[in-house]
Amino acid sequence: MNDMSEGYVTADGRKIGGTLMEMKNITLKFGGVTAIQDISFDIRDGEIRAIIGPNGAGKSSMLNVISGFYIPTEGSVYFKGVKRGPMKPYQVAQLGIARTFQNIALFDGMSVLDNIMTGRLTLMKSGLLSQAMWWGGASKEEDEHREKVEKIIDFLEIQSIRKTPVGRLPYGLKKRVELARALAAEPKILLLDEPMAGMNVEEKEDMCRFILDVNDEFGTTIALIEHDMGVVMDLSDRVVVMDYGKKIGDGTPDEVRNNQDVIDAYLGVSHD
Amino acid sequence: MPDQLLFALEVTLNGLMAGVMYALVALGFVLIYKASGIFNYAQGVLALFAALTLVGIQQGQVPFAHLINAVTGMHVTEFGWKIPAILAILLTAGVMVGLAIIIEKLVLKHLVNQAPIILFMATIGMAYFLEGFGDVMWGADIKTLDVGLPQGINETLESVTDKALGYGFFIDNLDIVATLVAIALVTALTLFSQYSKQGRALRAVADDHQAALSVGISLRFIWILVWSIAGFVALVAGIMWGSKSGVQFSLSLIALKALPVLMLGGFTSIPGAIVGGLIIGVGEKLFEFFAGPLIGGATENWFAYVLALVFLVFRPQGLFGEKIIERV
Repeated sequence: MNDMSEGYVTADGRKIGGTLMEMKNITLKFGGVTAIQDISFDIRDGEIRAIIGPNGAGKSSMLNVISGFYIPTEGSVYFKGVKRGPMKPYQVAQLGIARTFQNIALFDGMSVLDNIMTGRLTLMKSGLLSQAMWWGGASKEEDEHREKVEKIIDFLEIQSIRKTPVGRLPYGLKKRVELARALAAEPKILLLDEPMAGMNVEEKEDMCRFILDVNDEFGTTIALIEHDMGVVMDLSDRVVVMDYGKKIGDGTPDEVRNNQDVIDAYLGVSHD
Repeated sequence: MPDQLLFALEVTLNGLMAGVMYALVALGFVLIYKASGIFNYAQGVLALFAALTLVGIQQGQVPFAHLINAVTGMHVTEFGWKIPAILAILLTAGVMVGLAIIIEKLVLKHLVNQAPIILFMATIGMAYFLEGFGDVMWGADIKTLDVGLPQGINETLESVTDKALGYGFFIDNLDIVATLVAIALVTALTLFSQYSKQGRALRAVADDHQAALSVGISLRFIWILVWSIAGFVALVAGIMWGSKSGVQFSLSLIALKALPVLMLGGFTSIPGAIVGGLIIGVGEKLFEFFAGPLIGGATENWFAYVLALVFLVFRPQGLFGEKIIERV
């Protein structure tokens, strides 16, 4: 962890801090299938880190390891320099690691507002009893949380659909609501699993703008998986490239773009 | 007013009261269905188990007395003390929470992300296990439950209506108490589910396990909470039914009476359980009153199911159920 104190400044003048999260020699096996093989990389405080790779490269598995949905077979995850034991996903969420899903996991029966409010559950303090009895300012606390949520709603420009049940929304808006719910938790790290999959050009541009704004305004560290190479190269500060469960590249977008292994993986050279 | 009409009114009132009793059972189903999408077949048995435990604790029965006697050759049956009703109810509530924890640990934990039918089968297994367990623990004889609830016909109401209308209404005191309890219970549960942190978490878990985990909700905690509440509702239902007709093993069959109530009210709605219960209760009684004599009576056995069937055809999600919206 010798680079904890180090940092750098990006071309557009954002300050990137030291290592916030580090994956050390992560291996993930499902029975005989190796989804991730001995991968190490770090995520620095305040940066936008992308994980790319062809289909089946193990990107989503990696994100699931980070968010605690999978427990790595070998290797460990370090958060703020501390080794993280095997944790349940809800415990990881309570650490301040929020995520979205590739296939959108929202609460379809609830309104947009209620969905986003669930994002703040980890931040609510009032206990069961006081909630039940309305003691201890549970209601006042609710108002404060509501205020924060309204800010996020404004930020992501979804005021007009606040009361709509999520099940009725079109795909692009659902993705945005999911981002809002993750943001509501005020996370240290935001994990986005293909935030732009299935979107049209206009929706993609919007989403790009939101991701950059989130990073800029809240200083949230973002790790994202994306297929669209153009998007990844525009958005991210550093990129990890995976192929067949292995890491084949790691660096700035320019470095990665010129890496022969990466070019081979994307253009299809036979693997031996 | 003609006597016939007054009598019909009395029947309706009695129907409403009977409906409340159905609703009390249906409530437990709705709670678990809302939070986990499981139709909990064991809800009726939970009510039976709660009532058995309550009587056992109150009477100072030795649990597993039969088993202990058979193994050790002793002849223990009772501790020889009686416990006040309130304390016994609290203790039983504690037992129901313990039961919820055990159910989560032994059954639910191992069935995360399984299809609803698998969980449904698990609850059937639980139902039979609990029924047998209750038998072994407290014995199979019919017990009388008396926690001091008023019984018999309400005389005030009878004399008042007699003076006012010239026709005294026969309403059971116990039914009145059950109605008041049900109103309080539903109000509390609705407030809890709509406005509390845990209530929101509960609805979240019902909707999507993965998403719930990702916002930091512990499935374990929510399930224990839900089954505890369902156990508590079962206890209330057990007290009411047990006071009315004694604690006997056929109590577990009231679960089947709750089914049409749920189809009417919707599986996901707490107020729906109440309204569904009332409609079934009143419908049943009125149908028996008007049509019963024409077709040979005993219509109460099947009327609820036919009514539910008619509802299923026209409004499959029930009166208050969430409309199923699917984007194609």
